[in-house]
Amino acid sequence: MQKTSYQVNEKGYYGEFGGAFIPEMLYPNVEELRQNYLKILNDPDFQKEVNQLLKNYVGRPTPLYFAKRFSDKYGAKIYLKREDLCHTGAHKINNTIGQIVLAKRLGKKRIIAETGAGQHGVATATVCALMGMKCIVYMGDIDIKRQAPNVARMKMLGATVIPAHSGSKTLKDATNEAIRDWISNPINTHYIIGSVVGPHPYPDLVARFQSVISKEIKQQLLEAEGTENPDYVVACVGGGSNAAGIFYHYLDRLNVKLIAVEAAGKGIHSGKSAATSQLGKIGIIHGSKTLVMQSPDGQITEPYSISAGLDYPGIGPMHAHLFQTKRVQFLSVTDDQAMLAGIELSKMEGIIPAIETAHAIAIFKEQKFKKDDIVVVNLSGRGDKDLNTYIKYFNL
Amino acid sequence: MNRIQKKLEEKKKLLSIYFTAGYPTTQDTIPILMALEKSGVDLIEIGLPFSDPLADGTTIQESAATALKNGMATEVIFNQLKDVRKKITVPLLLMGYFNPILQFGVENFCQKCYETGIDGLIIPDLPIQVYEEFYKNTFEKNGLIPIFLITPQTDNERINRIDSISDGFIYMVSNNGTTGAKKTFEKEQSEYFKRIFAMKLKHPQIVGFGISNKDTFYQATKFTSGAIIGSAFIQMLSRDGLGGIDAFIKSIR
Repeated sequence: MQKTSYQVNEKGYYGEFGGAFIPEMLYPNVEELRQNYLKILNDPDFQKEVNQLLKNYVGRPTPLYFAKRFSDKYGAKIYLKREDLCHTGAHKINNTIGQIVLAKRLGKKRIIAETGAGQHGVATATVCALMGMKCIVYMGDIDIKRQAPNVARMKMLGATVIPAHSGSKTLKDATNEAIRDWISNPINTHYIIGSVVGPHPYPDLVARFQSVISKEIKQQLLEAEGTENPDYVVACVGGGSNAAGIFYHYLDRLNVKLIAVEAAGKGIHSGKSAATSQLGKIGIIHGSKTLVMQSPDGQITEPYSISAGLDYPGIGPMHAHLFQTKRVQFLSVTDDQAMLAGIELSKMEGIIPAIETAHAIAIFKEQKFKKDDIVVVNLSGRGDKDLNTYIKYFNL
Repeated sequence: MNRIQKKLEEKKKLLSIYFTAGYPTTQDTIPILMALEKSGVDLIEIGLPFSDPLADGTTIQESAATALKNGMATEVIFNQLKDVRKKITVPLLLMGYFNPILQFGVENFCQKCYETGIDGLIIPDLPIQVYEEFYKNTFEKNGLIPIFLITPQTDNERINRIDSISDGFIYMVSNNGTTGAKKTFEKEQSEYFKRIFAMKLKHPQIVGFGISNKDTFYQATKFTSGAIIGSAFIQMLSRDGLGGIDAFIKSIR
């Protein structure tokens, strides 16, 4: 029997998912990236520059922290990969560091990005400030109003934030606007996409930049437990970049069970959910063939989650394939479950997680593990940006 | 020979009009088509509205959003077009993004086009290699001509490849940008038109994006076989309604 590959193939597909379903206007941009990205990523000078920035600027390696009280309560050895301790407060910067150095190698002068909650926008604005590059961030009009502190951070970092007024005025539309900008500025501009979504080679590119997460875990777990391999790896999934990063080096180690946690919102069948693996059908979104939440007529629908980082109506094509092949178990967690998990982790471990991350934490209430199971959870971001939501929800 | 191919043999500067089905209202599809034929347009592109039209500027985006709000859907369009060939003879193309077509079923969609009397399809986000590998036979079986785009950034090798798999005309995107009316073209546009003209491609080129009036139509067609007007036509419909169609077309040429 042929072994299933979980990596992208030479045509840009993960199984039947992926590809580059883009208008011809984008073809030269995407093709330039496709032809060059592996060459650049494999260049030792490039790797040296990125690794130094990850170490000295981002603060890597991030700790793999054994959460003792949480472990005692839930009866498993629970480790937290502390991506929340990265500069700017989430894993997003692993990707933007890599892409900004890549953009420099490609000779680009102007950077565009989309953002939902603002985390990727801040991470992009940060690396643009670092490199002295012009930065334009598209953000849905509604998100701009909901995420004022992150808008202010981007502005302080020198970025221009352009509101997306089209469609539902959220992440999906900000992404559309960024793509339209790229169509209009094909030569000098690099688009730093924030997740493992979009046309090939973006899903692979972003997954490679995030794979540093699982690369570090192998070493750290070896030191802590005498094995590189945990029994379980858990991450939340919106588009899926933190999950791609923490799964990456374990994809072919089939004895490591992988769990992806989606946002069920107010309940999977409530009409207010973002659980794409459960609600989506195969379709095209932002240039990628993947699972997409859509109407029977093929119009992309608006997802919902209390967490702005998880309400994307698709998932990366890599995850669609991992779902279809059952390599990854997909669970979903409601707003309420996530919020409770967020406050519980704060009180028991002194770590206030992003609400996205709280979805991954929430599975311990439902999933049963064995006492000596090693479970590594991606603590993908810190909760500072979500304080307003926490305050409102718990009347703090 | 397909109606598009026949039209291309007329050797005049062709005027093609794009409109979004379902805009201003769902009931306007047939009346717009009949008025356009009566005013003497050469080709008509019926736009299938999509929630996320990546290649479109605000005018077409907004018309699509209105059309979807009005209840326009692929099934509805085919129902409206059922008897269209009893009413008009002008070549008809459907232009839409791939996802709604994928959900309808590409095979099913193409067969409906054949039964309706649609002559060609423009699907901007269907890559040419995917078309060739999976859908070429289905298009051909149903007598549908695929129309592919080239832009100022498309290199000569790819232009030649697109020319080699084309069957009707090549949709020449006038500039780096999304759809939208422009008052005038810059020098770099005319140089691009000339450059493509000099390539002596097998298939004629029709220019789209940015054409809005007599002047831009003239500039766009000086070195090509025709031009497409979309956003400016939709803006006219918003302003003057269907009654403005004849005057608008006559103002172009």
